[in-house]
Amino acid sequence: MQRIGVFICHCGTNIAATVDVKAVAEALSHEPGVVFSTDYQYMCSESGQMIMREAIREHKLSGVVVCSCSPRMHEATFRKAAEKEGLNPYMVEIANIREQVSWIHKDMKEATEKAIILGRAAIAKVHLNKPLKAGESPVTKRALVIGGGIAGIQTALDIAEAGFEVDIVEKEPTIGGKMAQIDKTFPTLDCAACILTPKMVDVAQNEKIKIFSYSEVESVKGFVGNFKVAIRKKARYVDEDKCTGCGLCTEKCPQKKVPNAFNMNLDTRRAVYIPFAQAVPKVATIDADYCTMMKTGKCGICSKVCTAGAIDYKQTDVIVEREYGAIVAATGFNPLKPDKYNELGYATCQDVVTSLEFERLMNAAGPTAGTLLRPSDRTHPHTLVFVQCVGSRCDVENEKGKSYCSKICCMYTAKHAMLVREKYPDTEVYVFYIDVRTPGKNFDEFYRRAVEQYGVHYIKGQVGKVVEENGKLKVQASDLLSGEQLHIDADMVVLATAVEPDKSARSIATMLTASMDTNDFFTEAHAKLRPVESPTAGIFLSGVCQGPKDIPETVSQASAAAAKVIGLLAKDKLTCNPCVANSDEMLCNGCSSCEKVCPYGAITYSDKEFRGPNRTTLIRRVASVNEAVCQGCGACTVACPSGAMDLKGFSNRQIMAEVDAICKM
Amino acid sequence: MKFSYYPGCTLRTKAKDLDAYARASAEALGFTLEELPEWQCCGAVYPMAKDEIATKLSAVRALMNARDLGNDLVTLCSACHNVIKQVNNDMKTDEDIALRVNNYIKPEVPYAGETAVLHFLEVLRDRVGFDELKKKVVNPLKGRKIAAYYGCLLLRPSKVMSMDDPENPTILEDFIRAIGAEPVIYGMRNECCGGYVTLENPGEAKKRSTSVLDSAAAKGADTVVTACPLCLYNLKKNGGHDDLPVVYFTELLAEALGVK
Amino acid sequence: MSTHKNEAVVEQILRSSGVDVRKCMRCGKCTATCPAFDEMEYHPHQFVYMVEKGQIDKLTASPSIWRCLSCFACMERCPRQVEPAKLIEAVRLSVIRQQGKNHLKPEAIPTLLDEDLPQQAITSAFRKYSK
Repeated sequence: MQRIGVFICHCGTNIAATVDVKAVAEALSHEPGVVFSTDYQYMCSESGQMIMREAIREHKLSGVVVCSCSPRMHEATFRKAAEKEGLNPYMVEIANIREQVSWIHKDMKEATEKAIILGRAAIAKVHLNKPLKAGESPVTKRALVIGGGIAGIQTALDIAEAGFEVDIVEKEPTIGGKMAQIDKTFPTLDCAACILTPKMVDVAQNEKIKIFSYSEVESVKGFVGNFKVAIRKKARYVDEDKCTGCGLCTEKCPQKKVPNAFNMNLDTRRAVYIPFAQAVPKVATIDADYCTMMKTGKCGICSKVCTAGAIDYKQTDVIVEREYGAIVAATGFNPLKPDKYNELGYATCQDVVTSLEFERLMNAAGPTAGTLLRPSDRTHPHTLVFVQCVGSRCDVENEKGKSYCSKICCMYTAKHAMLVREKYPDTEVYVFYIDVRTPGKNFDEFYRRAVEQYGVHYIKGQVGKVVEENGKLKVQASDLLSGEQLHIDADMVVLATAVEPDKSARSIATMLTASMDTNDFFTEAHAKLRPVESPTAGIFLSGVCQGPKDIPETVSQASAAAAKVIGLLAKDKLTCNPCVANSDEMLCNGCSSCEKVCPYGAITYSDKEFRGPNRTTLIRRVASVNEAVCQGCGACTVACPSGAMDLKGFSNRQIMAEVDAICKM
Repeated sequence: MKFSYYPGCTLRTKAKDLDAYARASAEALGFTLEELPEWQCCGAVYPMAKDEIATKLSAVRALMNARDLGNDLVTLCSACHNVIKQVNNDMKTDEDIALRVNNYIKPEVPYAGETAVLHFLEVLRDRVGFDELKKKVVNPLKGRKIAAYYGCLLLRPSKVMSMDDPENPTILEDFIRAIGAEPVIYGMRNECCGGYVTLENPGEAKKRSTSVLDSAAAKGADTVVTACPLCLYNLKKNGGHDDLPVVYFTELLAEALGVK
Repeated sequence: MSTHKNEAVVEQILRSSGVDVRKCMRCGKCTATCPAFDEMEYHPHQFVYMVEKGQIDKLTASPSIWRCLSCFACMERCPRQVEPAKLIEAVRLSVIRQQGKNHLKPEAIPTLLDEDLPQQAITSAFRKYSK
């Protein structure tokens, strides 16, 4: 019989306000094997832990049940405390009476009853617990960063700086991401390219960093410290090693009518292209959807002009297998396409543009070489209307928009308004806002400068309708402070559209078994205390893939993710989870069901000799589990038809004992 | 193909054209509109209040009759369509309204929004197909620049009407293309003509209608089409554009099909 | 914030309209898109705010309740699904449901008719303005 101690935590009033903790301690003290039962205000505190340690010593406890918050929160805390008193940490069980009881119940009587039942189940389990010892697994000292925007770039540079190898996988032909498209950055107004491109060059020149551009992650296997990743290098029909980036092919290609995605399709490029002058790697790519040679077999001009002989129309996708100890998701964002907001005219009026389109129209390397011209007739606009919160802050039921604040739009709109007024003093600029949100160093000062120094008209209200008539955009809007409806004849309307996670994020999260929220942002292991880690061990988060953020915040978070990666890669070995599967060879019938469901490839089969009756020997095919690879998910134990497969720490007997305890009246 | 058909009060009196051209065109396109027996006026404006029951009954009766006949229900007038589709949605999604309506009517089988309500345009798009329609056109309206006027009732609220993108619709434009003309897209096509305040506030009706026709004229339209008798009346009377004829879309359809 | 006096009226208007006024984030898009703005004393966003504050008397006394076009533009374009038009209708109903408060009287009709006026106009006017 175990000697069990039970400890009920009040969690301040978090538990105690809804659960009668004294009654729980009293009720559980009568359970078989319980020799000590008490309650305390904060079990996780130093003094709470001391109560537990003293009880282990004094009452010679062989098992411990803590009724407290989720085991995700403090299981490790209590196990460590028990270990200090010489108790095997896996003899400690947690009954979650906060998230599963006090936070979701209102009635004290019901809640107390449920807390007792959960405590009873944990006690029943401890009776069957066995001391477990954790094994170790090695760490592959290389990291993978998925996404080569400013987030991925910063994370990779920091990891490389610490001396570890890093691979960047970027689906576009160049790294740089959205920041490469931006003209100036708030609140300092320094040129985005001037601060980004040196970092891109650093990446290219760093011996520890390998860039897989125009590539995508195909599959991910393994676990923390030991990931195996297949990377698809998409055929770019140009030999990366031979191409010198001279750009001759991109000038001679006769197919000139390809929408230029880098310039938000505001102009065209050739079928063979380098996205922009400072691209890294500076290698051409052939767009097979438009290339005449690829489509009809007749052309081949790029191949003729290439002195390096780099053009290869026969190139195919290549799959590269690489091993990593850690993976960082830095998949970034896209602005919402506002074509469902045609009351604002985006789908039918050329001069209604998104903010990112506006960045290109203001950029010296953009389609108008930095002169602001209306897309429709290439004339100089005099009146500009900016609309904030397009597709942000919508009701959760609203299918067109997002429920969150996109966080960056207030600031970039202030920047746009200021830049326009500075460059073209003959303009009138209106900004329609709901709230101007400027938390950030020097941010509010920046916005005030737009109003006070640059004379931007900030109007609290929204735009309700934009109609194009006789070359003007007739803007109908509300001015809530004056109680008027405004009618402005504008030349351009700029929509500050919501940001949304890149479409690729969902499939990557699935491959990484990393969790996401309903908006497809990656979720953190803890919203406050572990903001750059995914709940899945070895997966880290960098940049907007985790939630909307601006460049300074992205860079900080990217470095934080790198620090976490470095902490992991610096270890030679990782302690494994001892709660792994094991197969009872006498029961195993060799059916392979477990092998098929194992997501980690931890199960193998081999022929073994067994003693049969009358001194005979039998050869039987049986499963065995690689404990270093098994993550203890338990899928095999459910799949096994003969009951041979079991999970240490969560054995079938233990689970059934818990169920019995819950059902016992 | 056979549908139950709800003409509505106005199609029996002031908007006979809208009705007659639709029926003729339907036959030419190979489907039949079978008028519902004993239909009653829908009230012409959807009663939004959740505690309005009596004003929803005539629409429910029409919906129920169509169900009992085993037919989908086709409407033509934008207002009828709006009322009947919204009431149908109430019967489908609002338990309280459905219970009270059923308690009142006491049908043999309670009605729970089973009938599919289709606008004539939806029949053309989703059942006949605009490509098929195009093949049956004998007098394509070549060279005509036609502005589609949706108004408010055909598209909104979009969650219930679910006919088209409420801000950037294409169904009437696709229809105009199918009969061989060129659609004119203009900003005011889904803004209100002020029809409902024609009696209450004629000045406002004039202002709204004028801004609609100004917008269509500025984009070079030679004709405006609508599905709503009240819009047609308002645009014609109050739109301030005698140079810009406003007609029912069914008239152009009949013309193109050679059955006018 | 509603005073004790008209709590029941506010309650009735909210229930009748099915509108959750607390969803409003005061962006003013309803009022920005309202085609009848110039005709109204109180505008769609004010209906939402004033019902929430219990200022029903001001609304019921205002000609604004007869001016809404029922075009559903505010409902369609509200990013928070607040549906101001339903609230305006509920306030209007709270008036015309009282005895003798019909806004449109049958005897007024003949003077308003012309020969092209569709039935729809009369039917809908009665439904909107009378009980």
